[in-house]
Amino acid sequence: MRKSLMRGALRGLPILAGLLMLSGCDAVLFDPKGPIGESEKSLILTATYLMLVVVIPVIFMTLWFAWRYRDTKQSKATYTPNWAHSTKIEIVVWGIPCLIILALGILTWKSTHELDPRAEIVDGGEPIEVQVVSMDWKWLFIYPEQGIATVNELAMPVDRQVRFHITSDTVMNSFFVPQLGSQIYAMAGMENRLHLIGNEVGTYDGISASYSGAGFADMHFKTHVMSEGDFDAWIEKARGSSKVLDDAGFAALQEPSEDVAPTFYGQVKPNLYEQIMAPYMDGMELGMSDDQMRHMKKGGMHHDSAEHGMSDHDASGHAESAMATEE
Amino acid sequence: MLGKLTIEAVPYHEPIVMIVLAAVILGGAALFGFITVKKKWAYLWNEWFTSVDHKKIGMMYIIVALVMLIRGFSDAIMMRSQQMLASTGGHGYLPPDHYDQIFTAHGVIMIFFVAMPLVIGLINVVVPLQIGARDVAFPFLNSLSFWLFVVGALLVNISLGLGEFAKTGWLAYPPLSGANYSPGVGVDYWIWSLQISGVGTLLTGVNFIATILKMRAPGMSLMKMPVFTWTALCANVLIVAAFPILTATIAMLTLDRYLDFHFFTNDLGGNMMMYVNLIWAWGHPEVYILVLPVFGVFSEVISTFSKKKLFGYTSLVWATLVITVLSFIVWLHHFFTMGAGADVNAFFGIATMIISIPTGVKIFNWLFTMYRGRVEMTSPVLWTLGFIVTFTIGGMTGVLLAVPGANYVLHNSLFLIAHFHNVIIGGVVFGAMAGITYWFPKATGFMLCEKWGKRSFWFWITGFYLAFMPLYILGFMGMTRRLQHVDNPLWVPYLVVAFIGACLIMIGIACTVIQIAVSIKNRKQLQDTTGDIWGGRTLEWSTTSPAPFYNFAHEPQVSELDEFWEMKERGIEQEAKKPYAPIHMPRNAAAGVIISAFSLVFGFALIWHIWWMAVVGLVGMIATFIVRSFNYDIDYYVSVEEVERVEREGRERRALPSARTPNDTVVQG
Repeated sequence: MRKSLMRGALRGLPILAGLLMLSGCDAVLFDPKGPIGESEKSLILTATYLMLVVVIPVIFMTLWFAWRYRDTKQSKATYTPNWAHSTKIEIVVWGIPCLIILALGILTWKSTHELDPRAEIVDGGEPIEVQVVSMDWKWLFIYPEQGIATVNELAMPVDRQVRFHITSDTVMNSFFVPQLGSQIYAMAGMENRLHLIGNEVGTYDGISASYSGAGFADMHFKTHVMSEGDFDAWIEKARGSSKVLDDAGFAALQEPSEDVAPTFYGQVKPNLYEQIMAPYMDGMELGMSDDQMRHMKKGGMHHDSAEHGMSDHDASGHAESAMATEE
Repeated sequence: MLGKLTIEAVPYHEPIVMIVLAAVILGGAALFGFITVKKKWAYLWNEWFTSVDHKKIGMMYIIVALVMLIRGFSDAIMMRSQQMLASTGGHGYLPPDHYDQIFTAHGVIMIFFVAMPLVIGLINVVVPLQIGARDVAFPFLNSLSFWLFVVGALLVNISLGLGEFAKTGWLAYPPLSGANYSPGVGVDYWIWSLQISGVGTLLTGVNFIATILKMRAPGMSLMKMPVFTWTALCANVLIVAAFPILTATIAMLTLDRYLDFHFFTNDLGGNMMMYVNLIWAWGHPEVYILVLPVFGVFSEVISTFSKKKLFGYTSLVWATLVITVLSFIVWLHHFFTMGAGADVNAFFGIATMIISIPTGVKIFNWLFTMYRGRVEMTSPVLWTLGFIVTFTIGGMTGVLLAVPGANYVLHNSLFLIAHFHNVIIGGVVFGAMAGITYWFPKATGFMLCEKWGKRSFWFWITGFYLAFMPLYILGFMGMTRRLQHVDNPLWVPYLVVAFIGACLIMIGIACTVIQIAVSIKNRKQLQDTTGDIWGGRTLEWSTTSPAPFYNFAHEPQVSELDEFWEMKERGIEQEAKKPYAPIHMPRNAAAGVIISAFSLVFGFALIWHIWWMAVVGLVGMIATFIVRSFNYDIDYYVSVEEVERVEREGRERRALPSARTPNDTVVQG
């Protein structure tokens, strides 16, 4: 019986996969454009198939047993009211799930290490650094090597990994470009790192995946994966912008705003990213490497940050107090 | 004088809220008037509000839960319709300010004020009867627990008309829920409704652990306890272990908000990651607090209606214990995307998967209970079958979410939403419906109308699949949760189907309401005079329906698992011949209602920063408690004559026609 069940389950697989693929053309998670997304897609499918080995028989047995042993006056099915134990069945019902979970556990251990967001992608090329800051309610992207910044528009050269340094200047958000793969939380005073590659030229939706308040629904951005040449041109275009992201520019950006159109900053104050994190840190070194701390100190932080458009660090002072009254 | 409370707190500008408020006020006034005209206040006060009878308290839990289900569902259908209407660039009819409150309230209400009281209500009604006890260990505490829970529910509802509710999501993650980002009273309503009802829940936990461990009938060793009692025990152990974490976590958030502490703020050393860890260290066991007891319900139902011993009792008990322990080491799977290292994520992912092993074993146990049984397709069985199929799918998607690599793209998506509704509706709601239908005759003396019960089932299950399968797909399509509006035409058809599903669920809920009304109306035809309407196996079926207030005239003696079934095999009749003895019972107590009323004053005052009133509330609570503790007249003996009278009435009742008798259903092998 068990054999035929397994065969039935296996026959069902292509149909189910077909159903998934049917919506696949619209389902961005099944249409990844980078190796991370690709591995995550195959991970989802493998894990699902593995579980269906037990799930399909269970559903089938539920319906079959309920029908076979339904109470009718003429029922000819065997009735054993006092039968309540079978060592053989116990071994099978503990054993099969254990084996499946063993397989799934090994898969999990390996894939979790392979997909560690912090790990550089092997063969991904020299990473490009992008600093990502979630704000109320928009995304700020700083390209420190190129000295430019954008709001709600992200560009990356094709087939080359990008190392995202992710933090928040407000509540928690989650940085997520579904077609490229993994999301990760953006939290104030802390840095998360994520490595992604886009290996197909195109424009992909990026979002915040973690609710962050009133303007959350519009907190999305376009991600352009472009050829090296186009990427350089895009950088040049940004450099051409007369807008400057200095302390005043950043203070203006800190004002809560919704549905913000893409904006380019031709110049960015050096170490702005470290400066954004600093007020939340107060000597705590969460999420920061020593290297960065040194870097930050060199940058010369001004804690009497009137010039940054931020309030002092007295008990009530908080960079967001202005915004709090706004809400 | 009134702190932050001004006339501006009433949301005049929200027509939807005002209409609802008007309806609630009119309905409330009508109910108040009806009770007054019928002169039922004294009856309600003496027989119900101050009652310490576990059966009545259990019924009151379930009644409040069903009322709150309607409130929580209204939020749900508003969310589904808003997302459907605002899916192609429009902004729908609910602005973010309102929509964000709705999804927060929906989550809070459904978990704390629907699922919890349904489960705790069933535990209250059933556990003392199943273990052959006459009440719980601490009957007054039980009444206090219930009324504290009611205060929590009241505060959530008051926020509708005075001020606002939290706009933070149901777990109120800081810093969003901190004073800087949520300066209004919404989060404070959240804090105090959960703190007050949470204390009630904790007391319930203490109460039932003591009851189950100390008050079982002679001979009922732990391994002869009915499965529902086992699962109730484990759930209450989890309550006692987990709820203090919730209380402490919310207390720290309270200090942040009220006294400018910095546990979880962005700056000055606060660390919001600590909050997220702590809240889930409570939150994950909470899932099992809800689901373990319904596993118990399904075990009882499937065994009774298959007319067969439960398959693999021992392995089922061990599976329950394993889940109880493991539920404390999986919390991190709620935030794999926070950036913990690969080792940590993999550990918690694998720990989570391991839980699916004992859970899977349980499912096989139910299957093999049906195998070679005589499965009667009553509505509790339909709920059980619906559960097994639905929960299996929900379990599968849950294990998928436990794979960190998959979670990185599925977290916070509608796939996640579909998953937990899949297990909570398919598990807890279906289980509560099965349990209510199954034990209703024991609590009331008449059964629920099967026709409307089956209708409810079919609408619920069809509605469930239509409402949530599209959300799985939308998750794969990249739609995340808590979006007030979206702009993607590809998502529209799925959102429309989900909305239709929600409408079917609404019909399902309506069927349940009609079912209860019809059953009350036809209670004569539906009456159970046998006490054992389904051909039950456990002790609760050995007493009359409704059970007398003292449950059992003679303390049952237990020698077997499924004692009552064995008793029937042996022949019950000689039991009745023994002489009666006086029965020791607790007196009704008003203190629970009064302490809770003061806690309402206390919570409300703190929400609005009305400090003098908070002092009144606090002093009132403590003073009432002290007065109560000096009241030594808290118990009495039921006289032998009274017991004889009640038992004689019970025997006379057995002579009346019954809607069903156990013999209707037993098919000889």
